Amino acid sequence: MKILVCISKTPDTTSKIAFDSDNMHLKEEGVSFIMNPYDEWYALVRGIELREKFGGTVSVMHVGEASSEVIVRKALAIGADQAIRIDSKPKDSNDVATQIAHYAQNQSFDIVFLGKETIDHNGSEVGALLAGMLAIPFISYCTKLDVEGNELSATCEIEGGEVSFKTQLPAVVSAAKGLAEQRIPNMKGIMDAKKKPLEVISPVSATQKVKLVRFEALPPKTAVKLIAPDDIDSLVKILHEEVKVI
Amino acid sequence: MIATYIEVIDGKIKKSSLEALSLAKDIATAKGIKCLALSTSKSASAEVVGSCGADELIVQDSGELDQSQLIDWLCKLYSAYQISYIVLANSSIGKAIGGQIAAKLQLGIISGVNGWAAASPMQFRRSVFSGKANAWYSFMEDKGVISVMPNSIPVNKSYSKVAEISESSVNLSGPVFNSVNKELVKGKTPLTEAEVVVSGGRGLKDPSNWGMIEELADLLNAATACSRPVADSGWRPHHEHVGQTGIAIRPNLYIAIGISGAIQHLAGVNNSRKIIVINKDPEAPFFKAADYGVVGDLFEVVPKLNEAISKFKVEHH
Repeated sequence: MKILVCISKTPDTTSKIAFDSDNMHLKEEGVSFIMNPYDEWYALVRGIELREKFGGTVSVMHVGEASSEVIVRKALAIGADQAIRIDSKPKDSNDVATQIAHYAQNQSFDIVFLGKETIDHNGSEVGALLAGMLAIPFISYCTKLDVEGNELSATCEIEGGEVSFKTQLPAVVSAAKGLAEQRIPNMKGIMDAKKKPLEVISPVSATQKVKLVRFEALPPKTAVKLIAPDDIDSLVKILHEEVKVI
Repeated sequence: MIATYIEVIDGKIKKSSLEALSLAKDIATAKGIKCLALSTSKSASAEVVGSCGADELIVQDSGELDQSQLIDWLCKLYSAYQISYIVLANSSIGKAIGGQIAAKLQLGIISGVNGWAAASPMQFRRSVFSGKANAWYSFMEDKGVISVMPNSIPVNKSYSKVAEISESSVNLSGPVFNSVNKELVKGKTPLTEAEVVVSGGRGLKDPSNWGMIEELADLLNAATACSRPVADSGWRPHHEHVGQTGIAIRPNLYIAIGISGAIQHLAGVNNSRKIIVINKDPEAPFFKAADYGVVGDLFEVVPKLNEAISKFKVEHH
């Protein structure tokens, strides 16, 4: 199988989020960047598992600047065979999807994987855009995926349950929890990753469709109002008068 | 024109679709354009969408369409009706089709919208960095695809009109998905749409102790949820797991019982309007994110709370 896994770089979940004075950029000092967890834990690992089962190659795709190569090497250390970095600072989700689609359209990948969303923009936009651009089915929030011949069986998260179905390859798959188990790179993987091919290519032009107007920090949280455990009637009063749920 | 795709489940319009329609109507009013509602179910009520401000309801009575057919239909209507904005609920369907429609129509997409401002150009707000900040976005052109985060925009049923019904009979390609099988938890509000959520963590000690969580949820007409360790150890089903790897929710009230409040858990719940935390450990990080807290043994506090709410309900009804 020929598999492409798209990975994104995001601030670590525990990072403190603050913005520059123009509210247009994240303050990067003290922020550690990681591979987006859904890309790493689920999309990449399921891609590798399918290669282990059927043979083939797993290519990793990243749209970003040279400073992201740490996460690209990590994906290679976890088990991807080769990597492509499109050397660009993307302007919006349409730009990211355009870059990936342009690369992928003549490569006849069987499956293009990515995480269900990034933990910074939380947009969940690129996967569906990419499927639309490539004109192939999109398997959204996938928790189970198997392939038999040219047929793909998937289970996906939906409100209040799940849906399972079959479709034909190729497809774009957005990965959610359950699709695979996180793999930690071992020493051999880390050493091998240094020798694996990492191709850097130039971006194509993409029309910007959406612009960021500004980031907005949240107002500081007011201190918790504590209720004594032997004063439950006060809590009931709060549920009635303040939260208005009873 | 602005058009909202209306999802119907069990013969009823989903609340998240009416929220999307309410936002669309506000935009329609501000821009002086027509507000359409689009549905593939004849159960979609012209009275209900009319009360939310829809001028016209376009129905293609084809039953449930698969993803490719739905995209095909919406794209064809986009051209036929000269629509400028397509509005979707940011539901599992909305997430799956929004980007595909945008790509096919070469539109921008702003997803997960939880507010908007009638500036020129219009600005749309989304929660970013897992609930730690907001971001405002605008389209570069006066058109696009917008998906609305459930439980963010109030449903406004103040319009006293009935939408005019138009039948659509577009020939559709596909389907591309087959052997489709849905498994839904019957009779329960899906977590993403629930206004109140009662959630239990490891502090419950054993799955057999969930009776009091369910009792509290019943009393408050709430959905039940759990933390990651609880789902991972099989105490509760995975679809109840809220947090970064699970489901992100934004109810009016989130009650966290026996959950310490790890940052990954908070990432899924800190858009809740109010948070009540019950935990015996006063140092539990969740208290920093909470509006109200009870430092106490949940095995004493929760049964007492259930009893007090029951008593209150008897006295007030």
